[in-house]
Amino acid sequence: MRNKGTETVASESSGFEIKPMDQFEVKALFGGDVSWYTPTNVTLWMALTVLAASALMIFGARGRALVPSRAQSAAELAYGFVHNMVRDVAGHDAVRFFPHIFTLFMFVLFANLLGLIPFAFTTTSHIAVTAVLAFTVFLSVTALGFILNGAKFLGLFWVSSAPLALRPVLALIELISYFARPISHSIRLAGAMMAGHAVAKVFAGFAGALGAAFFVPVLAVTALYALELLVAVIQAYVFTILTCVYLRDALHPSH
Amino acid sequence: MAETTATGAGMPQLDVSTFSNQIFWLIVTLVALYFIMSRVALPRIAAVLADRRGTITSDIAAAEEYKLKAREAEEAYTKALAEARAEANRIVEAARAEMQAELDVQLQKADAEISAKAAESERRIREIRDSALEMVSDVSNDITADILGVFDAKADKASVVAAVSERMKGGA
Repeated sequence: MRNKGTETVASESSGFEIKPMDQFEVKALFGGDVSWYTPTNVTLWMALTVLAASALMIFGARGRALVPSRAQSAAELAYGFVHNMVRDVAGHDAVRFFPHIFTLFMFVLFANLLGLIPFAFTTTSHIAVTAVLAFTVFLSVTALGFILNGAKFLGLFWVSSAPLALRPVLALIELISYFARPISHSIRLAGAMMAGHAVAKVFAGFAGALGAAFFVPVLAVTALYALELLVAVIQAYVFTILTCVYLRDALHPSH
Repeated sequence: MAETTATGAGMPQLDVSTFSNQIFWLIVTLVALYFIMSRVALPRIAAVLADRRGTITSDIAAAEEYKLKAREAEEAYTKALAEARAEANRIVEAARAEMQAELDVQLQKADAEISAKAAESERRIREIRDSALEMVSDVSNDITADILGVFDAKADKASVVAAVSERMKGGA
């Protein structure tokens, strides 16, 4: 970005050389081709995500104090937040899936937040990552629905409160919306992350290109970062609460 | 750069050749994070939260107990105070009655003494008056006798006395 910036200024007459999508490239850490097991920047930033989440939840809460420190408070806050969400949205019997949902939440939250560090790689901006997350949720929730409720799980699509004539139509709509869930679930997160980071990069590129008026895009990037911070947290929240909603449907399929 | 542009139309997200890598590392990450969270972090925090809830509950119970004790102590104190006040009143009353009795006795005694003294005085006054009257009549008799002697009038002693006392009664 920095050495590219000088290039950009040099070639200003020939148009901007801002490459907002470069930041999303998957690169092997130690050079060479990217095969399925190569350590890449994906590996690095996912590892950092695990480290950051563990740092907060284990190192931050290591005091186990009765009156918590700040870090312990934050860890307890995250715990209580997700725990209440699971209980309130998905019901009391969903609390046994709390660790799974908490893992999802922490992963998405810290991946989003770490992605805001300049020059970072945002793992959740990749549709491959969010799709795996979303389809994992979708498949496990569907399987759980059938395991727990058997054929009654199909009652989710048979709206018994609607007039009989409408029910097949509604069933079709419900079925389509059900299968659209993982798609919207994954694209929402990846799209929000990608768009925000691309826009930030474009503004940052302007700052390099505008010369004396650089402070305008710098201010814009600053404001955008505040917004992106909000988006990062909200998207993690949305992803988690939708998971809870799907889980509730699996546990209590009757409308 | 060139290959991403070729494969993903400028979007590295659509570069299918990196998918297997991302998916592999994502699964590794999620499994690792799940075990760290579910085996270490969450039980600890749950224990801390349960501990705190227990402490708060027992503290509240203890506070309730202390409050109860304080109320009991206050009641005992109020009761003792009321008893002490009643006792004090009783003692004051008794002392007052005793003093009153004493006073009455003293007053009676004093009254009796005063009346005895008054009677005594009266008696003496009467004596003095009586003797004075006697002396007056004696003196009058003597003077009358002397006057009669001067005028050479003959009168026996008894008639003089009778006449003087007659006069003195009338004059009085």
